[in-house]
Amino acid sequence: TTTLAFRYQHGIVVCVDSRASAGPLIASQTVKKVIEINPYLLGTLAGGAADCQFWETVLGMECRLHQLRNKELISVSAASKILSNITYSYKGYGLSMGTMLAGTGKGGTALYYIDSDGTRLKGDLFSVGSGSTFAYGVLDSGYRWDLSKQEALYLAQRSIVAATHRDAYSGGSVNLYHIDENGWVFHGNFDVDSLIWEAKDNENSFAHIPR
Amino acid sequence: MESLLAVQGQDFVLTASSSSAVRGITVLKPDDDKSQILNSHNLMLYCGEAGDTTNFAEYIAANISLYTLRHNLNLSPEATASFTRKQLATSLRSRKPYQVNILLAGYETNLGKPELFWLDYLATCVRVPYACQGYSSFYCLSIFDRYYKPDLTIDEAVRIMKLCFDELKKRMPIDFKGFICKVVDKDGIREINI
Repeated sequence: TTTLAFRYQHGIVVCVDSRASAGPLIASQTVKKVIEINPYLLGTLAGGAADCQFWETVLGMECRLHQLRNKELISVSAASKILSNITYSYKGYGLSMGTMLAGTGKGGTALYYIDSDGTRLKGDLFSVGSGSTFAYGVLDSGYRWDLSKQEALYLAQRSIVAATHRDAYSGGSVNLYHIDENGWVFHGNFDVDSLIWEAKDNENSFAHIPR
Repeated sequence: MESLLAVQGQDFVLTASSSSAVRGITVLKPDDDKSQILNSHNLMLYCGEAGDTTNFAEYIAANISLYTLRHNLNLSPEATASFTRKQLATSLRSRKPYQVNILLAGYETNLGKPELFWLDYLATCVRVPYACQGYSSFYCLSIFDRYYKPDLTIDEAVRIMKLCFDELKKRMPIDFKGFICKVVDKDGIREINI
């Protein structure tokens, strides 16, 4: 798996691959690794698919309950703490999750990293999963706070492509999301095979691949 | 790999915590603050098992706030250290102990003196003039042994801290991404740049 998300001047970009592997076997190339918790919150999925899917659905429920009880949208900070309290309470019981929560709410846009150790970190840029190191390489070298929206979306997509190329456990297609103060918008699903050839043609990268 | 340092001076405690948050082979955050303010004059630095650290620190902070609210009494550094030690001791004998190591820096407002406590996950608690947690103790304890004086001024303490940072940069194979330094004195807790 490779997932990434980063904050920049216009909001947050969330981008993921779509491969699910079961040991050496590719189980699926069409997994949805971005979980749409509500119109303002996205969660990413790395590690145990079932754990992430289940607990982020539970989180969606808790966020809705918060909204009904307090007549106010939950902050990303509070939402992430609900999830990290859950993962921490199950620490040592074999949960496997590496997730990012990105969204907007009280306090503006925010990005958090939460994992099954119970770690919860606030930050501007994260990548999680077996392909994360490859994604970080491209992402860190191209990241600036004042990226345009178009540049940001492309950088995110290109970082996932880079990771799918080098990490055997990442691949399939890229799912792209953008978040601003009005909530998230889906920006498409792209097959990585065609993206790699496009990248090679347009930027002369992937020079080691023969045509 | 995390690192905590602290040194007591004539009327303050100077603390430093490494600012990188690492998972596996990746630095997830280069500006992670591994300290928790317990009350106006008590600061807790923590390191250890991921998840346990922040959870334990927040638990201690919340309970100390609760005690203060109930009894209208600010806990001294020594009382804070004793309470924290007891929690660690209880936890150690449970099915899933907290694996957290701590430096507790405080200023005893009634007596007008700084205090520093070293605690580990086995619930050892010692009052010390200077302390380290993590691998950095292998390098920095000798530096403190060499240069520490009981009546250190803030400038002298900063100088010793710098010697530690330089040595860690020179000899440790990993990069801590710098340190977040704080001072606890009669005016409370403040962050400083070293």
